[in-house]
Amino acid sequence: MALQSLDILRRSATPTATPQVRNTVEVAKLIDVTTCIGCKACQVACSEWNELRAEVGTNIGVYDNPVDLSDQAWTVMRFNEVEENGKLEWLIRKDGCMHCADPGCLKACPSPGAIIQYKNGIVDFHEENCIGCGYCVSGCPFNVPRISKQDNKAYKCSLCSDRVAVGQEPACVKTCPTGAIQFGSKEDMKEVAATRITDLKKRGYDNAGLYDPAGVGGTHVMYVLHHADKAPLYSGLPQDPAISATVSLWKGLLKPVATLGIAAAGLFGFFHYITVGPNRADDEHAEDEKETVK
Amino acid sequence: MKEQLIQRYSAPERINHWIVAVCFILLAISGLAFFYPAFFWLTGVFGTPQLARIIHPFVGVVMFLAFLRQFFRYYHHNFIDAEDVKWMKAVGTVMKGGEVGDTGRYNGGQKGMFWLMSGCMALLLLSGIVAWRPYFAASFPIPLIRVALLVHASSALALIAGIIVHVYAALWVKGTIRAMVEGVVTHAWARKHHPRWYREMTGNKR
Repeated sequence: MALQSLDILRRSATPTATPQVRNTVEVAKLIDVTTCIGCKACQVACSEWNELRAEVGTNIGVYDNPVDLSDQAWTVMRFNEVEENGKLEWLIRKDGCMHCADPGCLKACPSPGAIIQYKNGIVDFHEENCIGCGYCVSGCPFNVPRISKQDNKAYKCSLCSDRVAVGQEPACVKTCPTGAIQFGSKEDMKEVAATRITDLKKRGYDNAGLYDPAGVGGTHVMYVLHHADKAPLYSGLPQDPAISATVSLWKGLLKPVATLGIAAAGLFGFFHYITVGPNRADDEHAEDEKETVK
Repeated sequence: MKEQLIQRYSAPERINHWIVAVCFILLAISGLAFFYPAFFWLTGVFGTPQLARIIHPFVGVVMFLAFLRQFFRYYHHNFIDAEDVKWMKAVGTVMKGGEVGDTGRYNGGQKGMFWLMSGCMALLLLSGIVAWRPYFAASFPIPLIRVALLVHASSALALIAGIIVHVYAALWVKGTIRAMVEGVVTHAWARKHHPRWYREMTGNKR
Protein backbone atom coordinates (compact mmCIF):
# COMPACT_ATOMS: atom_id res chain seq x y z
CA MET A 1 0.00 0.00 0.00
CA ALA A 2 1.60 3.16 -1.17
CA LEU A 3 -0.43 5.57 0.94
CA GLN A 4 -1.28 4.30 4.38
CA SER A 5 -3.52 7.27 5.05
CA LEU A 6 -6.01 6.31 2.34
CA ASP A 7 -8.20 3.28 2.89
CA ILE A 8 -8.83 1.07 -0.12
CA LEU A 9 -12.29 0.31 -1.48
CA ARG A 10 -11.26 -1.82 -4.44
CA ARG A 11 -8.01 -3.31 -5.66
CA SER A 12 -7.60 -4.69 -9.17
CA ALA A 13 -7.65 -8.48 -9.62
CA THR A 14 -8.21 -9.06 -5.91
CA PRO A 15 -11.14 -11.30 -5.03
CA THR A 16 -10.98 -10.76 -1.27
CA ALA A 17 -11.82 -7.73 0.89
CA THR A 18 -9.52 -4.71 0.96
CA PRO A 19 -8.69 -2.69 4.11
CA GLN A 20 -11.58 -0.27 4.38
CA VAL A 21 -12.78 0.06 7.97
CA ARG A 22 -12.15 3.78 8.31
CA ASN A 23 -14.88 6.18 7.32
CA THR A 24 -13.07 8.33 4.79
CA VAL A 25 -14.99 11.24 3.28
CA GLU A 26 -15.76 10.84 -0.42
CA VAL A 27 -14.01 13.63 -2.29
CA ALA A 28 -14.61 15.21 -5.67
CA LYS A 29 -13.05 17.72 -8.02
CA LEU A 30 -15.56 20.08 -9.57
CA ILE A 31 -14.61 21.60 -12.92
CA ASP A 32 -16.85 24.50 -13.80
CA VAL A 33 -16.50 24.60 -17.57
CA THR A 34 -18.53 27.83 -17.66
CA THR A 35 -15.92 29.66 -15.59
CA CYS A 36 -12.83 28.24 -17.29
CA ILE A 37 -10.80 30.69 -19.39
CA GLY A 38 -8.53 28.07 -20.97
CA CYS A 39 -5.28 29.43 -19.49
CA LYS A 40 -3.81 25.93 -19.05
CA ALA A 41 -2.41 26.78 -15.62
CA CYS A 42 -3.85 23.42 -14.50
CA GLN A 43 -1.79 21.62 -17.15
CA VAL A 44 1.34 23.38 -15.94
CA ALA A 45 0.61 22.71 -12.28
CA CYS A 46 -0.01 19.03 -13.05
CA SER A 47 3.22 18.85 -14.98
CA GLU A 48 5.16 20.53 -12.16
CA TRP A 49 3.75 18.63 -9.22
CA ASN A 50 3.94 15.24 -10.93
CA GLU A 51 7.34 15.91 -12.54
CA LEU A 52 6.00 15.37 -16.06
CA ARG A 53 7.31 17.04 -19.18
CA ALA A 54 5.36 16.39 -22.36
CA GLU A 55 7.30 16.97 -25.55
CA VAL A 56 6.94 20.47 -26.95
CA GLY A 57 4.32 20.02 -29.66
CA THR A 58 3.46 21.94 -32.79
CA ASN A 59 0.53 24.24 -33.42
CA ILE A 60 -2.24 22.25 -35.09
CA GLY A 61 -4.43 25.29 -35.75
CA VAL A 62 -6.31 25.29 -32.45
CA TYR A 63 -5.24 25.93 -28.87
CA ASP A 64 -5.02 22.23 -27.93
CA ASN A 65 -1.45 21.57 -26.82
CA PRO A 66 -0.46 18.89 -26.03
CA VAL A 67 -2.94 17.57 -28.55
CA ASP A 68 -3.80 14.52 -26.46
CA LEU A 69 -3.34 12.91 -23.08
CA SER A 70 -0.12 10.94 -22.72
CA ASP A 71 2.07 9.34 -20.10
CA GLN A 72 3.59 12.82 -19.74
CA ALA A 73 0.31 14.78 -19.90
CA TRP A 74 -2.29 13.60 -17.41
CA THR A 75 -4.62 16.49 -18.11
CA VAL A 76 -5.17 18.50 -21.29
CA MET A 77 -7.51 21.36 -22.15
CA ARG A 78 -9.71 20.59 -25.13
CA PHE A 79 -11.06 23.58 -27.06
CA ASN A 80 -14.16 23.39 -29.20
CA GLU A 81 -16.01 26.13 -31.09
CA VAL A 82 -19.75 25.57 -31.48
CA GLU A 83 -22.80 27.60 -32.35
CA GLU A 84 -25.53 27.39 -29.75
CA ASN A 85 -28.56 29.70 -29.46
CA GLY A 86 -27.33 31.66 -32.47
CA LYS A 87 -24.08 32.56 -30.76
CA LEU A 88 -20.54 31.34 -31.10
CA GLU A 89 -19.46 29.52 -27.96
CA TRP A 90 -15.94 28.53 -27.08
CA LEU A 91 -16.26 25.39 -24.98
CA ILE A 92 -13.13 24.51 -23.07
CA ARG A 93 -12.94 21.25 -21.17
CA LYS A 94 -10.13 20.11 -18.93
CA ASP A 95 -9.89 16.42 -19.86
CA GLY A 96 -8.39 13.72 -17.68
CA CYS A 97 -9.37 10.81 -15.47
CA MET A 98 -12.93 11.08 -14.14
CA HIS A 99 -12.27 8.82 -11.13
CA CYS A 100 -15.42 6.74 -11.70
CA ALA A 101 -17.18 5.11 -8.76
CA ASP A 102 -17.38 2.00 -10.99
CA PRO A 103 -14.02 2.17 -12.76
CA GLY A 104 -13.78 0.23 -16.02
CA CYS A 105 -9.98 0.28 -15.85
CA LEU A 106 -9.98 -1.45 -12.49
CA LYS A 107 -12.56 -3.98 -13.64
CA ALA A 108 -10.44 -4.89 -16.67
CA CYS A 109 -7.03 -4.92 -14.95
CA PRO A 110 -5.61 -8.46 -14.49
CA SER A 111 -2.73 -7.48 -12.18
CA PRO A 112 -3.37 -7.46 -8.43
CA GLY A 113 -2.82 -4.01 -6.95
CA ALA A 114 -1.96 -2.23 -10.19
CA ILE A 115 -5.16 -0.17 -9.89
CA ILE A 116 -6.45 0.99 -6.54
CA GLN A 117 -9.72 2.72 -5.74
CA TYR A 118 -9.36 4.53 -2.45
CA LYS A 119 -12.30 4.82 -0.15
CA ASN A 120 -12.33 8.57 -0.78
CA GLY A 121 -13.11 7.81 -4.44
CA ILE A 122 -9.71 8.38 -6.03
CA VAL A 123 -8.74 5.76 -8.63
CA ASP A 124 -4.98 5.45 -8.68
CA PHE A 125 -2.57 3.46 -10.86
CA HIS A 126 0.30 1.82 -8.97
CA GLU A 127 2.70 1.41 -11.84
CA GLU A 128 5.07 -0.91 -9.97
CA ASN A 129 2.38 -3.60 -10.34
CA CYS A 130 1.42 -2.70 -13.91
CA ILE A 131 2.29 -5.38 -16.48
CA GLY A 132 1.59 -3.21 -19.55
CA CYS A 133 -1.21 -5.30 -21.03
CA GLY A 134 -3.37 -2.25 -21.79
CA TYR A 135 -6.59 -3.85 -20.51
CA CYS A 136 -7.30 -0.62 -18.59
CA VAL A 137 -7.34 1.24 -21.91
CA SER A 138 -10.09 -1.12 -23.11
CA GLY A 139 -11.97 -0.88 -19.84
CA CYS A 140 -12.10 2.92 -19.65
CA PRO A 141 -15.28 4.52 -21.09
CA PHE A 142 -13.51 7.92 -21.30
CA ASN A 143 -10.34 6.89 -23.19
CA VAL A 144 -8.03 8.15 -20.47
CA PRO A 145 -5.20 5.71 -19.61
CA ARG A 146 -2.07 5.96 -21.74
CA ILE A 147 0.68 3.34 -22.02
CA SER A 148 4.16 4.83 -21.82
CA LYS A 149 6.53 4.03 -24.69
CA GLN A 150 9.35 4.41 -22.19
CA ASP A 151 8.39 1.68 -19.72
CA ASN A 152 5.18 0.11 -21.16
CA LYS A 153 3.19 1.01 -18.06
CA ALA A 154 -0.15 2.79 -17.84
CA TYR A 155 -0.39 6.36 -16.57
CA LYS A 156 -3.18 8.82 -15.86
CA CYS A 157 -4.30 11.54 -13.43
CA SER A 158 -3.95 10.41 -9.81
CA LEU A 159 -6.14 13.26 -8.54
CA CYS A 160 -2.91 14.07 -6.69
CA SER A 161 -3.64 11.22 -4.27
CA ASP A 162 -0.33 12.04 -2.58
CA ARG A 163 -1.48 15.60 -1.86
CA VAL A 164 -5.02 14.60 -0.89
CA ALA A 165 -3.61 12.03 1.53
CA VAL A 166 -2.01 14.84 3.54
CA GLY A 167 -5.00 17.15 3.42
CA GLN A 168 -4.10 19.25 0.38
CA GLU A 169 -6.11 19.82 -2.76
CA PRO A 170 -4.85 18.57 -6.17
CA ALA A 171 -2.23 20.76 -7.88
CA CYS A 172 -4.60 21.85 -10.69
CA VAL A 173 -7.14 23.04 -8.12
CA LYS A 174 -4.56 25.00 -6.18
CA THR A 175 -3.35 26.83 -9.26
CA CYS A 176 -6.64 27.63 -11.07
CA PRO A 177 -6.84 31.45 -11.22
CA THR A 178 -10.60 31.73 -11.79
CA GLY A 179 -11.79 29.18 -9.27
CA ALA A 180 -13.14 27.05 -12.09
CA ILE A 181 -11.63 23.99 -10.42
CA GLN A 182 -12.68 23.32 -6.85
CA PHE A 183 -12.05 20.42 -4.54
CA GLY A 184 -13.79 19.11 -1.44
CA SER A 185 -16.19 16.46 -0.27
CA LYS A 186 -18.39 15.17 -3.08
CA GLU A 187 -21.42 16.35 -1.13
CA ASP A 188 -20.07 19.91 -0.86
CA MET A 189 -19.05 19.98 -4.51
CA LYS A 190 -22.58 19.01 -5.54
CA GLU A 191 -23.88 21.94 -3.51
CA VAL A 192 -21.41 24.36 -5.09
CA ALA A 193 -22.46 23.05 -8.48
CA ALA A 194 -26.15 23.44 -7.71
CA THR A 195 -25.67 27.12 -6.79
CA ARG A 196 -23.76 27.74 -10.02
CA ILE A 197 -26.33 25.87 -12.11
CA THR A 198 -29.17 27.97 -10.67
CA ASP A 199 -27.16 31.06 -11.59
CA LEU A 200 -26.55 29.78 -15.15
CA LYS A 201 -30.23 28.98 -15.62
CA LYS A 202 -31.10 32.57 -14.62
CA ARG A 203 -28.71 33.74 -17.34
CA GLY A 204 -30.55 31.79 -20.00
CA TYR A 205 -28.67 28.47 -20.00
CA ASP A 206 -31.81 26.40 -19.50
CA ASN A 207 -30.00 23.10 -19.88
CA ALA A 208 -27.14 23.90 -17.54
CA GLY A 209 -26.38 20.96 -15.29
CA LEU A 210 -23.96 18.80 -13.39
CA TYR A 211 -22.06 16.00 -15.18
CA ASP A 212 -21.87 13.14 -12.69
CA PRO A 213 -22.84 10.23 -14.96
CA ALA A 214 -24.82 7.44 -13.29
CA GLY A 215 -23.71 4.85 -15.86
CA VAL A 216 -20.32 4.62 -14.12
CA GLY A 217 -21.82 5.03 -10.64
CA GLY A 218 -21.05 8.74 -10.64
CA THR A 219 -17.59 10.26 -10.90
CA HIS A 220 -15.18 11.96 -8.54
CA VAL A 221 -14.34 14.55 -11.17
CA MET A 222 -17.53 16.38 -12.10
CA TYR A 223 -18.25 19.10 -14.63
CA VAL A 224 -20.67 22.01 -14.55
CA LEU A 225 -21.83 22.28 -18.18
CA HIS A 226 -23.89 25.00 -19.83
CA HIS A 227 -25.35 22.33 -22.10
CA ALA A 228 -25.62 19.25 -19.90
CA ASP A 229 -28.01 17.75 -22.46
CA LYS A 230 -25.32 17.91 -25.14
CA ALA A 231 -22.19 16.57 -23.46
CA PRO A 232 -20.54 15.57 -26.78
CA LEU A 233 -20.25 19.28 -27.64
CA TYR A 234 -17.44 19.38 -25.10
CA SER A 235 -14.86 17.69 -27.33
CA GLY A 236 -16.62 14.34 -27.33
CA LEU A 237 -17.55 13.98 -23.67
CA PRO A 238 -19.82 10.89 -23.66
CA GLN A 239 -23.45 11.66 -22.77
CA ASP A 240 -24.13 8.39 -20.94
CA PRO A 241 -20.80 6.67 -20.34
CA ALA A 242 -20.81 3.10 -19.07
CA ILE A 243 -18.40 0.19 -19.05
CA SER A 244 -18.70 -1.47 -22.48
CA ALA A 245 -20.98 -4.53 -22.58
CA THR A 246 -18.12 -6.42 -24.25
CA VAL A 247 -15.85 -5.73 -21.27
CA SER A 248 -18.62 -6.66 -18.80
CA LEU A 249 -19.17 -9.96 -20.59
CA TRP A 250 -15.43 -10.69 -20.69
CA LYS A 251 -14.87 -9.81 -17.03
CA GLY A 252 -18.30 -11.03 -15.86
CA LEU A 253 -20.32 -13.90 -17.29
CA LEU A 254 -17.43 -15.53 -19.15
CA LYS A 255 -15.63 -16.40 -15.89
CA PRO A 256 -18.28 -18.64 -14.28
CA VAL A 257 -19.13 -20.16 -17.68
CA ALA A 258 -15.44 -20.94 -18.27
CA THR A 259 -14.99 -22.35 -14.77
CA LEU A 260 -17.98 -24.65 -15.20
CA GLY A 261 -16.84 -25.73 -18.67
CA ILE A 262 -13.28 -26.55 -17.66
CA ALA A 263 -14.33 -28.19 -14.39
CA ALA A 264 -16.98 -30.26 -16.21
CA ALA A 265 -14.43 -31.50 -18.77
CA GLY A 266 -11.93 -32.43 -16.06
CA LEU A 267 -14.43 -34.05 -13.69
CA PHE A 268 -16.15 -35.94 -16.49
CA GLY A 269 -12.83 -37.44 -17.52
CA PHE A 270 -11.97 -38.46 -13.98
CA PHE A 271 -15.30 -40.10 -13.20
CA HIS A 272 -15.48 -41.71 -16.61
CA TYR A 273 -12.12 -43.35 -16.07
CA ILE A 274 -12.93 -44.69 -12.59
CA THR A 275 -16.34 -45.98 -13.66
CA VAL A 276 -16.16 -47.12 -17.29
CA GLY A 277 -12.43 -47.75 -17.08
CA PRO A 278 -9.75 -47.72 -19.75
CA ASN A 279 -10.43 -48.75 -23.32
CA ARG A 280 -7.97 -51.55 -24.18
CA ALA A 281 -7.52 -53.12 -27.56
CA ASP A 282 -5.16 -55.92 -26.52
CA ASP A 283 -7.82 -57.83 -24.55
CA GLU A 284 -9.95 -58.24 -27.60
CA HIS A 285 -7.07 -59.49 -29.68
CA ALA A 286 -7.85 -63.15 -29.16
CA GLU A 287 -11.54 -62.56 -29.75
CA ASP A 288 -10.81 -60.71 -32.99
CA GLU A 289 -8.80 -63.63 -34.26
CA LYS A 290 -11.86 -65.85 -34.05
CA GLU A 291 -14.12 -63.50 -35.95
CA THR A 292 -14.72 -64.21 -39.56
CA VAL A 293 -14.65 -61.70 -42.38
CA LYS A 294 -17.73 -59.53 -42.21
CA MET B 1 4.62 -63.81 -30.50
CA LYS B 2 6.28 -60.53 -31.37
CA GLU B 3 3.69 -57.73 -31.41
CA GLN B 4 2.80 -56.42 -34.84
CA LEU B 5 3.13 -52.65 -35.22
CA ILE B 6 1.98 -49.99 -37.66
CA GLN B 7 3.74 -46.63 -38.04
CA ARG B 8 1.14 -43.91 -37.29
CA TYR B 9 3.24 -40.76 -36.82
CA SER B 10 6.73 -40.07 -38.22
CA ALA B 11 9.41 -38.41 -36.10
CA PRO B 12 8.87 -34.95 -37.68
CA GLU B 13 5.14 -35.26 -37.01
CA ARG B 14 5.79 -36.15 -33.38
CA ILE B 15 8.24 -33.30 -32.89
CA ASN B 16 5.73 -30.95 -34.50
CA HIS B 17 2.98 -32.18 -32.15
CA TRP B 18 5.06 -31.74 -29.02
CA ILE B 19 6.17 -28.22 -29.98
CA VAL B 20 2.49 -27.28 -30.18
CA ALA B 21 1.75 -29.13 -26.93
CA VAL B 22 4.51 -27.45 -24.91
CA CYS B 23 3.56 -24.01 -26.28
CA PHE B 24 -0.07 -24.71 -25.44
CA ILE B 25 0.69 -25.60 -21.83
CA LEU B 26 2.79 -22.47 -21.30
CA LEU B 27 0.12 -20.33 -22.96
CA ALA B 28 -2.76 -21.90 -21.07
CA ILE B 29 -1.02 -21.43 -17.72
CA SER B 30 -0.08 -17.79 -18.34
CA GLY B 31 -3.39 -17.06 -20.07
CA LEU B 32 -5.44 -18.43 -17.19
CA ALA B 33 -3.31 -16.25 -14.90
CA PHE B 34 -4.43 -13.18 -16.82
CA PHE B 35 -8.04 -14.40 -16.82
CA TYR B 36 -8.52 -15.47 -13.19
CA PRO B 37 -7.26 -12.99 -10.55
CA ALA B 38 -6.84 -15.80 -8.01
CA PHE B 39 -4.50 -17.62 -10.43
CA PHE B 40 -2.40 -14.56 -11.24
CA TRP B 41 0.57 -16.25 -9.55
CA LEU B 42 0.67 -18.66 -12.49
CA THR B 43 2.33 -15.83 -14.45
CA GLY B 44 5.38 -17.16 -12.59
CA VAL B 45 5.65 -19.80 -15.33
CA PHE B 46 7.53 -17.10 -17.26
CA GLY B 47 9.40 -15.65 -14.29
CA THR B 48 7.49 -12.45 -13.48
CA PRO B 49 4.05 -11.06 -14.39
CA GLN B 50 5.58 -8.50 -16.75
CA LEU B 51 7.69 -11.16 -18.45
CA ALA B 52 4.61 -13.34 -18.83
CA ARG B 53 2.79 -10.46 -20.55
CA ILE B 54 5.77 -9.91 -22.86
CA ILE B 55 6.55 -13.57 -23.69
CA HIS B 56 2.98 -14.98 -23.95
CA PRO B 57 2.26 -13.54 -27.44
CA PHE B 58 5.59 -14.69 -28.89
CA VAL B 59 4.98 -18.24 -27.68
CA GLY B 60 1.51 -17.87 -29.19
CA VAL B 61 2.98 -17.13 -32.60
CA VAL B 62 5.26 -20.18 -32.33
CA MET B 63 2.26 -22.34 -31.42
CA PHE B 64 0.24 -20.95 -34.33
CA LEU B 65 2.98 -21.56 -36.88
CA ALA B 66 3.63 -25.08 -35.58
CA PHE B 67 -0.10 -25.79 -35.63
CA LEU B 68 -0.34 -24.40 -39.16
CA ARG B 69 2.16 -27.05 -40.26
CA GLN B 70 -0.04 -29.66 -38.57
CA PHE B 71 -3.11 -28.24 -40.25
CA PHE B 72 -1.61 -28.80 -43.68
CA ARG B 73 -0.42 -32.26 -42.67
CA TYR B 74 -3.84 -33.46 -41.53
CA TYR B 75 -6.72 -31.42 -42.94
CA HIS B 76 -7.31 -33.87 -45.81
CA HIS B 77 -7.74 -36.69 -43.27
CA ASN B 78 -10.39 -34.72 -41.43
CA PHE B 79 -13.24 -34.22 -43.86
CA ILE B 80 -16.34 -35.50 -42.14
CA ASP B 81 -18.12 -38.39 -43.89
CA ALA B 82 -21.20 -40.55 -43.27
CA GLU B 83 -19.29 -42.95 -41.00
CA ASP B 84 -18.27 -40.01 -38.81
CA VAL B 85 -21.86 -38.82 -38.52
CA LYS B 86 -22.82 -42.34 -37.45
CA TRP B 87 -20.01 -42.20 -34.88
CA MET B 88 -21.08 -38.82 -33.55
CA LYS B 89 -24.72 -39.91 -33.22
CA ALA B 90 -23.69 -42.98 -31.25
CA VAL B 91 -21.13 -41.21 -29.07
CA GLY B 92 -22.81 -42.75 -25.99
CA THR B 93 -21.88 -46.24 -27.15
CA VAL B 94 -18.35 -45.04 -27.83
CA MET B 95 -18.07 -43.64 -24.32
CA LYS B 96 -18.92 -47.08 -22.92
CA GLY B 97 -15.95 -48.50 -24.81
CA GLY B 98 -17.83 -49.73 -27.88
CA GLU B 99 -16.84 -49.09 -31.47
CA VAL B 100 -19.18 -47.50 -33.99
CA GLY B 101 -18.87 -47.38 -37.75
CA ASP B 102 -16.07 -48.33 -40.10
CA THR B 103 -13.65 -45.72 -38.78
CA GLY B 104 -10.73 -44.62 -40.95
CA ARG B 105 -7.55 -42.85 -39.84
CA TYR B 106 -9.58 -40.56 -37.56
CA ASN B 107 -12.99 -40.99 -35.96
CA GLY B 108 -15.79 -38.40 -35.85
CA GLY B 109 -14.70 -37.07 -32.48
CA GLN B 110 -11.11 -36.61 -33.58
CA LYS B 111 -12.23 -34.81 -36.72
CA GLY B 112 -14.52 -32.53 -34.75
CA MET B 113 -11.63 -31.79 -32.42
CA PHE B 114 -9.38 -31.00 -35.38
CA TRP B 115 -11.77 -28.36 -36.69
CA LEU B 116 -12.41 -26.94 -33.20
CA MET B 117 -8.66 -26.57 -32.67
CA SER B 118 -8.17 -25.03 -36.12
CA GLY B 119 -10.95 -22.51 -35.54
CA CYS B 120 -9.69 -21.57 -32.08
CA MET B 121 -6.11 -21.19 -33.31
CA ALA B 122 -7.19 -18.82 -36.09
CA LEU B 123 -9.32 -16.74 -33.72
CA LEU B 124 -6.56 -16.67 -31.10
CA LEU B 125 -4.00 -15.44 -33.61
CA LEU B 126 -6.21 -12.70 -35.05
CA SER B 127 -7.53 -11.44 -31.71
CA GLY B 128 -4.11 -11.80 -30.14
CA ILE B 129 -2.54 -9.52 -32.75
CA VAL B 130 -5.24 -6.88 -32.22
CA ALA B 131 -4.61 -6.87 -28.44
CA TRP B 132 -0.79 -7.20 -28.64
CA ARG B 133 1.00 -4.35 -26.86
CA PRO B 134 3.12 -2.48 -27.48
CA TYR B 135 3.42 -3.55 -31.14
CA PHE B 136 -0.04 -3.69 -32.70
CA ALA B 137 -2.83 -2.68 -30.30
CA ALA B 138 -2.20 1.04 -30.68
CA SER B 139 -3.07 0.75 -34.40
CA PHE B 140 -6.59 -0.57 -33.70
CA PRO B 141 -9.66 1.28 -32.40
CA ILE B 142 -10.49 0.61 -28.74
CA PRO B 143 -13.93 -0.98 -29.44
CA LEU B 144 -12.22 -3.53 -31.71
CA ILE B 145 -9.63 -4.30 -29.02
CA ARG B 146 -12.49 -4.93 -26.56
CA VAL B 147 -14.04 -7.45 -28.95
CA ALA B 148 -10.61 -9.01 -29.54
CA LEU B 149 -10.05 -9.48 -25.80
CA LEU B 150 -13.44 -11.18 -25.42
CA VAL B 151 -12.83 -13.40 -28.47
CA HIS B 152 -9.31 -14.24 -27.29
CA ALA B 153 -10.49 -15.32 -23.83
CA SER B 154 -13.52 -17.24 -25.18
CA SER B 155 -11.63 -19.13 -27.86
CA ALA B 156 -8.78 -19.88 -25.43
CA LEU B 157 -11.25 -21.36 -22.95
CA ALA B 158 -12.93 -23.41 -25.68
CA LEU B 159 -9.50 -24.67 -26.73
CA ILE B 160 -8.51 -25.51 -23.14
CA ALA B 161 -11.74 -27.49 -22.65
CA GLY B 162 -11.12 -29.18 -26.01
CA ILE B 163 -7.55 -30.09 -25.09
CA ILE B 164 -8.72 -31.61 -21.81
CA VAL B 165 -10.97 -33.90 -23.88
CA HIS B 166 -8.10 -34.53 -26.34
CA VAL B 167 -5.68 -35.50 -23.56
CA TYR B 168 -8.27 -37.58 -21.73
CA ALA B 169 -9.18 -39.49 -24.88
CA ALA B 170 -5.50 -40.31 -25.37
CA LEU B 171 -5.18 -41.51 -21.77
CA TRP B 172 -8.41 -43.46 -21.90
CA VAL B 173 -7.80 -45.35 -25.14
CA LYS B 174 -4.77 -47.42 -24.21
CA GLY B 175 -2.02 -47.56 -26.79
CA THR B 176 -2.76 -44.10 -28.14
CA ILE B 177 -0.03 -42.16 -26.36
CA ARG B 178 2.48 -44.54 -27.89
CA ALA B 179 1.43 -43.31 -31.33
CA MET B 180 2.57 -39.79 -30.49
CA VAL B 181 5.62 -40.81 -28.41
CA GLU B 182 7.10 -43.80 -30.24
CA GLY B 183 5.14 -43.25 -33.43
CA VAL B 184 3.63 -46.74 -33.58
CA VAL B 185 0.41 -48.53 -32.70
CA THR B 186 -0.34 -52.24 -32.43
CA HIS B 187 -2.39 -54.10 -35.01
CA ALA B 188 -4.97 -54.79 -32.32
CA TRP B 189 -5.29 -51.09 -31.54
CA ALA B 190 -5.69 -50.15 -35.18
CA ARG B 191 -8.14 -52.95 -35.92
CA LYS B 192 -10.31 -52.04 -32.93
CA HIS B 193 -10.34 -48.26 -33.18
CA HIS B 194 -9.62 -47.51 -36.83
CA PRO B 195 -10.62 -50.60 -38.82
CA ARG B 196 -10.73 -48.93 -42.26
CA TRP B 197 -7.33 -47.37 -41.71
CA TYR B 198 -6.04 -50.76 -40.50
CA ARG B 199 -7.12 -52.39 -43.74
CA GLU B 200 -5.57 -49.60 -45.79
CA MET B 201 -2.27 -49.86 -43.93
CA THR B 202 -1.93 -53.63 -43.85
CA GLY B 203 -3.81 -54.73 -46.94
CA ASN B 204 -5.65 -57.20 -44.70
CA LYS B 205 -9.29 -57.79 -45.49
CA ARG B 206 -10.28 -57.44 -41.88
